Amino acid sequence: MSKLIEFRDVVKKFNGVPVLNGVTFSVEKGEVLCIVGPSGTGKSVTLKHLVRLLTPTSGSVVVDGVDVATCSDDELVKLRDRIGYLFQGGALLAWMTVAENVALPLEECTKLPDREIAVRVRHALRAVELVDAADKYPTEISGGMQKRAGLARAVVRESDIVLYDEPTSGLDPVTSITINRLIKKLNKELGITSIVVTHDLQGALAIADRILLLKGGKAVECSTPAEFTQSQNPDVREFLAAMKGETI
Amino acid sequence: MTIVREPMWDDAPRSRTQALYRHLLQFLSTLGWTARILVSSVAAFPSVLLRRSGRADFSAQLYIVGIRTLPVITVVSLFIGMILALQVGLELRRFNQEIYLGAAVMLTLLREMGPFACGISLAACVGSAIAAELGTMKVNDEIAALEIMSISPIRYLAAPRLLALLVMAPILAFYCSVIGTLGGGIVGSTQLNVFFQQYISSALSIAETKDLFVGLLKAGVFGMLIGTVSVAEGFGTKLGATGVGRSTQQSVIVNFLLILMFGYMITRVFYR
Repeated sequence: MSKLIEFRDVVKKFNGVPVLNGVTFSVEKGEVLCIVGPSGTGKSVTLKHLVRLLTPTSGSVVVDGVDVATCSDDELVKLRDRIGYLFQGGALLAWMTVAENVALPLEECTKLPDREIAVRVRHALRAVELVDAADKYPTEISGGMQKRAGLARAVVRESDIVLYDEPTSGLDPVTSITINRLIKKLNKELGITSIVVTHDLQGALAIADRILLLKGGKAVECSTPAEFTQSQNPDVREFLAAMKGETI
Repeated sequence: MTIVREPMWDDAPRSRTQALYRHLLQFLSTLGWTARILVSSVAAFPSVLLRRSGRADFSAQLYIVGIRTLPVITVVSLFIGMILALQVGLELRRFNQEIYLGAAVMLTLLREMGPFACGISLAACVGSAIAAELGTMKVNDEIAALEIMSISPIRYLAAPRLLALLVMAPILAFYCSVIGTLGGGIVGSTQLNVFFQQYISSALSIAETKDLFVGLLKAGVFGMLIGTVSVAEGFGTKLGATGVGRSTQQSVIVNFLLILMFGYMITRVFYR
């Protein structure tokens, strides 16, 4: 497999304080990488670098050979067309129904006929099991449903990379499992390369091909779920113990 | 242009002088950014009218700007006309010149108070709502989501609002002048013994086309100012709910100040 995404020694400072402090890792095509770690270690910041919502203080972020921070606006548009992004709160537009939200990127950025858009929207909503809520507004559905609608909007353009920012935070265990299954299903069926920022270790162990642990702005471990749970790295042991509720 | 902006500096200022210098640069940068929002929005006007979704948004904004503000604008302009007529009428009565009441009220309303009443009403009703709506979208990551989907927030959100304000502000300013003149007529006929017919004749005799067009120009400029400032404040919102409140407040304050300043400048240019 080839490297699709590369973080090369990325440093990001806010007000002089480094949030990312030399992060280096890569993601291969078709892979699911879960980024875990304590709050405030730069997990969401890492994700935002991939779509140039943030740019590195130093180092580089490369997606399919394109340096995200320095590429032209046209290249950025092409890159963003390939990337779906699921925000923590779903980021659905409040004045549109779920179906209209999902159709938005197709209506605004493609010249597809209305019938084709309707088919794609229905297909995306079926994939996230939200067909019945198609005509509801975001305020009329639960947080879990909003996230699933956001997920449908993220994949409706048939993106080959999807970034998930805390897809299961604030959700009940059953809904969390549903979302995690969806992420894995999309990865398997459509070959979508996925980066998932999460606090849900059980979910990460279930869906990830590799798990990256961020601590203090550094990538301290990047390994398969089996290797991760067996790792003797003290930071990993501490994180696993904290997740299990143990004291060290 | 990019709406989701990063801080200009990654490091903290090393001294007070540097902090002051950075504040100044930040202010100038924000001014430039606001100007770019105006220019980019105007450039996106054709796209708003050519796209089906753009036309729908534009129609919705016309309704919000033009129809939903009508009750407020009616009351504001009616009372401005009534106050104007009372104050001017009492002075004119001292010199037995009440017959000029209509002319005085009409001229003041067409040239200045009509566009002004329209401007402050739009800034309070529409500008604040735009800043709050876009600010909430910004803190909820909806603006970032649009950018990631390659949907320009300028074309999709800013341009329909600015175009609606540009179209509706002159119409509403004319409406303000008419309602204000009628309000003045009511006060004149009920409290100053000026016949309504005489009042209207006096008003129509003095009104010149230039006064009307300068008033409409002023209103158009106010509409663009209100739109640009409110959109820029909304797009620039940070720090959650507190930030939304601050942006809304800031948009109203800046709009009021700019309406006064630009009102004076346009008057100065056309009436020397």
